[in-house]
Amino acid sequence: MLLRSWMGMLLAVGAAGGVAVGAQAQTKVPYVAFTAIVEHPALDDVRKGAIEELARRGFVDKQGLRTSFDSAQGLPANAAQIAAKLVGQKPDVIVAISTPSAQSVLAATKDLPIVFSAVTDPVAANLVRDAARPGGNITGVTDMAPVAEQVGLAQQLVPGLKRLGVIYNPGESNSVALVAVLRRATKAAGLELVESAANRSTDLSAAAERLVGKVEAIYLPTDNVLASGLEAVVAVTRQNRIPTVGDAAYVQRGVLLGSGFDYRELGVITGRMIADILKGGSPATMAVASSTNLDVALNVGEAKRIGFTVPPAVLARVKTRVE
Amino acid sequence: MSGFAALGALQLGFVYGLVALGILLSFRMLNYPDLTVDGSFPLGAAVTAAVVVAGGNPWLALLAGALAGAAAGALTALLSEGLGILNLLAGILSMTALYSINIRVMGRPNLPLLGEPTVVDTAAMLGLGPQAAKLVVAAAACALAALLVGLFLATRYGLSLRATGANPRMAAAVGVHCVQRVAVGLALSNALCALAGGLFAQLYGFADVSMGVGTIVIGLAALILGEAMLRRWSPAAAVLACVAGAIAYRFTISLALETEALGLTTSDLNLISAAVVTLAFLFSRHGRRLRLRARAAP
Repeated sequence: MLLRSWMGMLLAVGAAGGVAVGAQAQTKVPYVAFTAIVEHPALDDVRKGAIEELARRGFVDKQGLRTSFDSAQGLPANAAQIAAKLVGQKPDVIVAISTPSAQSVLAATKDLPIVFSAVTDPVAANLVRDAARPGGNITGVTDMAPVAEQVGLAQQLVPGLKRLGVIYNPGESNSVALVAVLRRATKAAGLELVESAANRSTDLSAAAERLVGKVEAIYLPTDNVLASGLEAVVAVTRQNRIPTVGDAAYVQRGVLLGSGFDYRELGVITGRMIADILKGGSPATMAVASSTNLDVALNVGEAKRIGFTVPPAVLARVKTRVE
Repeated sequence: MSGFAALGALQLGFVYGLVALGILLSFRMLNYPDLTVDGSFPLGAAVTAAVVVAGGNPWLALLAGALAGAAAGALTALLSEGLGILNLLAGILSMTALYSINIRVMGRPNLPLLGEPTVVDTAAMLGLGPQAAKLVVAAAACALAALLVGLFLATRYGLSLRATGANPRMAAAVGVHCVQRVAVGLALSNALCALAGGLFAQLYGFADVSMGVGTIVIGLAALILGEAMLRRWSPAAAVLACVAGAIAYRFTISLALETEALGLTTSDLNLISAAVVTLAFLFSRHGRRLRLRARAAP
């Protein structure tokens, strides 16, 4: 059995890489390591927002601060390996964006401070036991949508609303957590929730068609499948004149009414937490945060297209109008 | 590369060594391109996690996961050998069905094991740190599986299984029950992949329905890397190649993660790993040609 020459080459490159990393680590500026399960506009916005906020708080990237970013390219095995690499580099704070990345990093270290972000339900994901007092080396920001407010808005939008439809991907833990909250919220509001599942963006059109005639309005949650193929749903709702409510970011793409917060603002809150830890704060005593600044957006053009008259009570709450 | 990153690569290498062993049985021994593994890896994780969360023993949970994987492999064999569905399609059907089954098993798409008792705790009782304990568990599982697969391939039964893959007509002519060999081979193969999934869940703290994506690619890459490193063929060399290849693959990814200095980013990760596997494949073929030429020369 022979070890081939390329194996030697691999080891040589490895040694060179080790030297390069070693040289970098000697500078004394604080080091914040970002990681995410995948590169994706919303998740990228979280990182950008955090870096901007860090700069506002005196930690300017590439000056008084060093940052790095690793994406697992959608593969949990890579997330585990990135976690091992980051723990070896001993950054001052590890920022884990998305649930699998946060779980991987927490499995790799119980000492280094971790800030998670864009995790919908950190308690169900076993990241923290108590969101108010995390107690360990991890805290962060959730992206749980303001579901109760959104349901209230849907009721104001469609006064006789009895049956609300929802389209989501049952394979995405964030969406499933969100729909569980939605079930409770609709029940409390006396509404019937009609669920329609889409595992892939190519299933979205059929998922929307299943709801036609069964509901008076459709709720479109923050969901990666939905975000990638929203237009397929809008085509169906427009044709059948069904009003849609959902995330504020969807309004530009043809959803009638949206409310929520933008991911850059989640990043700003994340950045604030990172800065607090860099200044000596402990994740154990920092409560899990969420965004409170709610934006309500209305697509005026879409209202005209489906011949829908928006009630004045809703118009009064609208902050952003899209033609 | 820090010691911690190297330790992480080694742990994952042993976990995916199990996948490579499974793929050795299906792709190489049975000559059966079985895509079930993209579903049986998360199936093993899902079953293991569900058993642990329900309060079961973590070691028995691993066994339950492996048994579920064996059932998945047997299902694929039933589809292809029993119903006559093309083998590639049979694997795709199983993999597709397993996606829904995995969500059913877990009750949701992601089941966390952080803070639950795992097999790592057993190893930690020996006085090891958490990272060393993970490495010991992964290495022990992989070494045991490699030993058993190596011994199995050397038995008369293993030989008949290899004959089924090499030349089914000849094997049938000498009295080998080929359908049974395919069923047993696929069940073993997927049991190994499911065991890897169960170990992954316990070592890294979660089972996720998306974690099977690309398992087949990682396993095949490990197999090809291993074969490029170890030239001679024997059952012992074949299983060693799987483990060595899986570890080499994880170190390749580790290096790809350290390449910021070269102007590469993590979005280039998949490109780098594809390039390394292609290179390994070319090297192994080129090497063979060189050897043949040397032998032909006087």
